[in-house]
Amino acid sequence: MSSLAVPQAEPRAGSTPGTAQDRRPPLRRRIALVPTVTLLLGALYCLLPVAWVVIAATKSGRELFSTFTFLPGTGFADNVRDLTAYRDGVYWQWMANSALYAGLGALLSTCVSAVSGYALATYRFRGRETIFNVLLAGVLMPPVILAVPQYLLLAQADLTDSYLSVLLPQILFPYGVYLARIYAAAAVPADVVEAGRMDGASEWRIFTRIALPMMIPGMVTVFLFQFVAIWNNFLLPYIMLSDDEKFPITLGLFTLLEQGANTPALYTLVITGAFLAVLPLVALFLVIQRFWSLDLLSGAVKS
Amino acid sequence: MPYTKRRRLVRTAVAIALGATTLAACGSESADSETESGPASLTYWTWTPGMDKVVDLWNKGPGKKDQITVTVKKQASGDTLVTKILTAHKAGKAPDLVQAEYQALPTLVSNDALADISKHVGGAEDEFAGGVWQQTTLGTDAVYAVPQDIGPMMFYYREDLFKQYGLTVPTTWDEFAETARKLKKAAPGKDLTTFSANDSGLFAGLAQQAGAKWWTTSGDQWKVSIDDAATQKVAKFWGGLVKEGAIDNQPMYTPAWNKALNTGKQIAWVSAVWAPGTLTTAAPDTKGKWAMAPLPQWSVSENRTGSWGGSSTAVTTDSKHQAAAAKFATWLNTDSEALNALAKESGIYPAATNAQTSGAFLKPPAYFSHQADFYRKAADIAETTAPSAWGPNVNVAYTTFKDTFGAAAKSKSDFGAALDEMQADTVADMKKQGFEVAP
Repeated sequence: MSSLAVPQAEPRAGSTPGTAQDRRPPLRRRIALVPTVTLLLGALYCLLPVAWVVIAATKSGRELFSTFTFLPGTGFADNVRDLTAYRDGVYWQWMANSALYAGLGALLSTCVSAVSGYALATYRFRGRETIFNVLLAGVLMPPVILAVPQYLLLAQADLTDSYLSVLLPQILFPYGVYLARIYAAAAVPADVVEAGRMDGASEWRIFTRIALPMMIPGMVTVFLFQFVAIWNNFLLPYIMLSDDEKFPITLGLFTLLEQGANTPALYTLVITGAFLAVLPLVALFLVIQRFWSLDLLSGAVKS
Repeated sequence: MPYTKRRRLVRTAVAIALGATTLAACGSESADSETESGPASLTYWTWTPGMDKVVDLWNKGPGKKDQITVTVKKQASGDTLVTKILTAHKAGKAPDLVQAEYQALPTLVSNDALADISKHVGGAEDEFAGGVWQQTTLGTDAVYAVPQDIGPMMFYYREDLFKQYGLTVPTTWDEFAETARKLKKAAPGKDLTTFSANDSGLFAGLAQQAGAKWWTTSGDQWKVSIDDAATQKVAKFWGGLVKEGAIDNQPMYTPAWNKALNTGKQIAWVSAVWAPGTLTTAAPDTKGKWAMAPLPQWSVSENRTGSWGGSSTAVTTDSKHQAAAAKFATWLNTDSEALNALAKESGIYPAATNAQTSGAFLKPPAYFSHQADFYRKAADIAETTAPSAWGPNVNVAYTTFKDTFGAAAKSKSDFGAALDEMQADTVADMKKQGFEVAP
């Protein structure tokens, strides 16, 4: 799932002055061979496993290992039906759980990031750099390390094995705060904030009405990053949850795979499940992509 | 497989984090073994598919009478579950009942996660073979679990292809080697089987058959003998076969392996009683062409097998209803109704000896429908299971095995050196964990 690349904005037609009129001779448009081949190989490397999952999801258990790898099978509908039937549709429950964890978690953490990033970028106060440096250290710290201490903490509060136990630790997202600060510093000019103050707006009003709209494209990025991070997170929910009705999709698929030695592994179900679990991420990227182009419009300041 | 790597990553990460927090959490442990009577509501971590249906029988029957309700929380199997149980135990929040593989019991016991239920399982011992029961007592007077399923090892082979190439079923390992060579001569493109290092349980079982005792205790000291003579014999045997090219060296459970079994490129598999399930998915086209025989022996006079897999039901020290939990664990693994349901819903091979030849096990598994006496034979083989000796860091030994033997099999190099490394790593880890290890 992590192989999804952030789509690059296409340069707009006519965005570079002069290109439209300048009819270049074909010689100069010659494709650079080495970089292109390298990129193609890279793309192949990233896309082949995805293609494998897509094709393997269509194969029935009988076809999975016996037919040619990239030959589509005939069992997709059956696989989806079996997956839905597994433990009375618990798969869709996992999907819904993942959507809740990732959706709500990313939204909350984006809000927290926006507020703190804006504050760090706009206000000068004692300890600001210390906070920022601690934050940077937090960015470098893999969240995996924190899962067990977080579990022990939440166990003290009797919150383990609940939806909250997975949501709470993921609300503070150091990388998000870091991005938000950088973005706020670049997109919200001090002049604008100052002008707001001169006009008598409260700080909260300045933030929500003036700064936040300017920060939207950056916040969309933070939301996406955190959404993907939570969607793919494994260890935290693994430690926190014991009730498989509350599992997110990653954990659910893991239990599907690890059924004990005496049970045939449910490969077809796991593959179909993994394939279906990527779809929401793809859809999210396609839908949210357009917000990035807002960047050009909303970042502009009259000078 | 990709998830093996993830699993290890997870385990390492948890281990690091656990190490960092052990000190902080030590204070919260409670040694409360007081048991309450009256209504009890128990949670049970298990990976067995269909267990909720079996537990329903309890909740509607004996459990209702005794006011003991059990709730199943389905988990993923494997070493990661052990880590999860230990983490929960650090917070005092382990469930009342857990499913645990036999080799994980010493780890759980040495972390004080499992309760001694010897007072509550009276009479259960007689239902099991001595070698199986011994694994739940760790050689002490305590009882830390009730055996659930076992995996006695057997030899599976393609009956039709054995006939075609004029091979006979090997009864000793020497004959096994001869059979492999004979097949290679008759059909160079085929292999009798493969040596795979991606499931350590197989090698552990083979060593157990040869008489190895990897972990033993004397007084307060542990003794690690992974490089004992018996294990060396096993390592040398398989290493030799791989080196001369008599058998394949590709890992099992890969798509390529499935294909090799399905197309008859590999014509035998050293496995355990649960193999029919694996073969059903791995080699669907060869249904009805396989047969099962006892494992080859090291000498003609011997009749022993090892075990690969199997698990038990244990009660945790965190449980406030240990007597009730032990009562359920005993019912689950000795009551004929429960065992029948386990066989039907979960497809497990029971540890209880009576159940091995009754109910669902009167008929052979569908994949072996032509071998009518499959389970009769299996029960006879199960009876010959050699005793096993597990220690508190089987997971480390297993991980090292996968790395060192995996590399040795791939490069067809010396298995003896790989074994030495496995021994050294295991001892080093035990010392690091603070166990007294005899030199």
